[in-house]
Amino acid sequence: MNIAAESKRTRDSNSLLQVEHLKKYFPVRAGLLRRVVSQVRAVDGISLQIAAGKTVGLVGESGCGKSTLGRAILQLQKPTAGKVFLAGQEITGMSHAELKEYRRDMQIIFQDPYASLSPRRTVAQIIREPLDVHRIGSPSERRRRVSELLEVVGLRPQILNRYPHEFSGGQRQRIGIARALAPQPKFIVADEPVSALDVSVQSQVLNLIAELKRDLGIAFLFISHDLAVIQHVSDTVAVMYLGRLVEEASAEDIYRFPKHPYTEALLSAIPVPDPKRKSSRIILGGDVPSPTHPPSGCPFHPRCPAAMGICSDVPPPRTDQGGPGRPHYVSCHLYNGIES
Amino acid sequence: MNGGGENITVGGRSLWQSAGERLRRNKAATFSLWLLILFVVLVVAGPWLAQHDYTQTNLSLGSTAPSLAGGHWFGTDALGRDVLARTLAGGRISLLVGLVATLVSLLIGVFWGAVAGYCGGRVDALMMRFVDLLYAMPFMFFVILLMVVFGRNILLIFAAIGAMNWLDMARIVRGQTISLRHREFILAATLMGAGTLTIIARHVIPNLLGVVVVYVTLTIPQVMLVESFLSYLGLGVQEPLTSTGALVNQGALEMETAPWLLVFPALFLAGTLFCFNFIGDGLRDALDPKSDEDGR
Repeated sequence: MNIAAESKRTRDSNSLLQVEHLKKYFPVRAGLLRRVVSQVRAVDGISLQIAAGKTVGLVGESGCGKSTLGRAILQLQKPTAGKVFLAGQEITGMSHAELKEYRRDMQIIFQDPYASLSPRRTVAQIIREPLDVHRIGSPSERRRRVSELLEVVGLRPQILNRYPHEFSGGQRQRIGIARALAPQPKFIVADEPVSALDVSVQSQVLNLIAELKRDLGIAFLFISHDLAVIQHVSDTVAVMYLGRLVEEASAEDIYRFPKHPYTEALLSAIPVPDPKRKSSRIILGGDVPSPTHPPSGCPFHPRCPAAMGICSDVPPPRTDQGGPGRPHYVSCHLYNGIES
Repeated sequence: MNGGGENITVGGRSLWQSAGERLRRNKAATFSLWLLILFVVLVVAGPWLAQHDYTQTNLSLGSTAPSLAGGHWFGTDALGRDVLARTLAGGRISLLVGLVATLVSLLIGVFWGAVAGYCGGRVDALMMRFVDLLYAMPFMFFVILLMVVFGRNILLIFAAIGAMNWLDMARIVRGQTISLRHREFILAATLMGAGTLTIIARHVIPNLLGVVVVYVTLTIPQVMLVESFLSYLGLGVQEPLTSTGALVNQGALEMETAPWLLVFPALFLAGTLFCFNFIGDGLRDALDPKSDEDGR
């Protein structure tokens, strides 16, 4: 590889993870010859940055492409286009062997703690697998590390030789978290890590994740459809609609000063435990449009309460509506042309 | 037959251990298991147990009825050979064919199916079309051709039956693998950077062993039947060596004059087949996680 090509594949940036115009389309095949008749645009040109030790909360309705974005970033699904840089190094387009070295630095916590642990392996085998694959440490060091990790996630070390089916959902999720932590990653995608758990267990697992973030300095992409959960853990919140980001700002600004009509609608759906406060819930009409045939112009315009003529024709550009030092990105014609 | 059952750990109960416990509670399966073990011991220890060699002819004692006093407990055939010794010798060959051919089909089938299912796409299409191609080959024609070209040979029977049986195994394993492939624990292993073969060996195969074990216990009797059928047609083992199928064949010819020639080998064959089927059924129930709930 020559120097020019090398420099093209790296980025100088202070962010740990940098996503540039990432796209993931799934071909829809039909007919006898299995020809591609259309594309499902699950992720449609997303750019995102995550600084070391920070958490970006990704929120959106079911089917808007949140999980696909997470998996495309981790190269579990090969992106259709766009680039992903991890610590300045491009990881898109790498071969399986090249990627292996970078796999240590990025891990995932899955939504379903019942599907994410192999039923035939013991807890110890599950947690030490990343160490085995990457040949980290001697066998006795690996054993010690597994016990350490169990302690970190709040499980007793006596359970080492037990099997996943002997645990509750919350405990299994802790085992999954311990496995993700084993290779000491810099970045973890948490793909709806609490939505399969009981509410009482949810807060325990969320607190655990918050602790990990604080103590270990791991950056998270925290995916959820629950704004309350996102608010609890995130530094920055990105709102996704139909494969695109519509708004991105600090957690505080998103909740206090939402700008995009979609974000406003989402926020109005959070129940407030105050009977005196009159709820002014914005009800969105219709369903999320099919990502196979996204609407022209702004993808949100058929459901938008503030839609204008231009919305159905021209896709809105991404503009910064925040103050100095507090970027607040919005993609909406309402804010187009207005300088903050 | 419950391969992998000795997954002993301190503290945890693996799925195999729970399944073993459920199997022990199934009386028919447990009884079958012990009976089968008895059969295997008898068959292996046959040459020392029987007072007569199975090849030894004694024309003066042709076709004697079973009697304890005469020393021929199961009687003798037309050439005066001891039916007990011959049943045990035949049983040994039948069980051996069943086990070896099943083992061959197990090794090839599991590997083939797991790789095809896991890799998917073009690899899968190519590997499975090859299986379809072999399926289309007429089995009997294939066996007869082998016998004509290479002569009658016990090894050829192993090879021929194994070569046809792995096709079913490959299809079953492939189907299971496809349903496993997108499970999240496989994704997690991919994300760790584990290679394809590691994932297949460590995550895919252990998780489909349950289905495979059940299928194996049902394949062994099937293979034994095929061998009996081949022997019945005269394509099986060569005299003086014998198999259960060959014995039943000869017994059927003299059914009216010397029924003991048919009864004993047939009982042995039917008994073994029953045992394997009961064990297979028991294993299927024991390994099915749903049977946990209905409180069996």
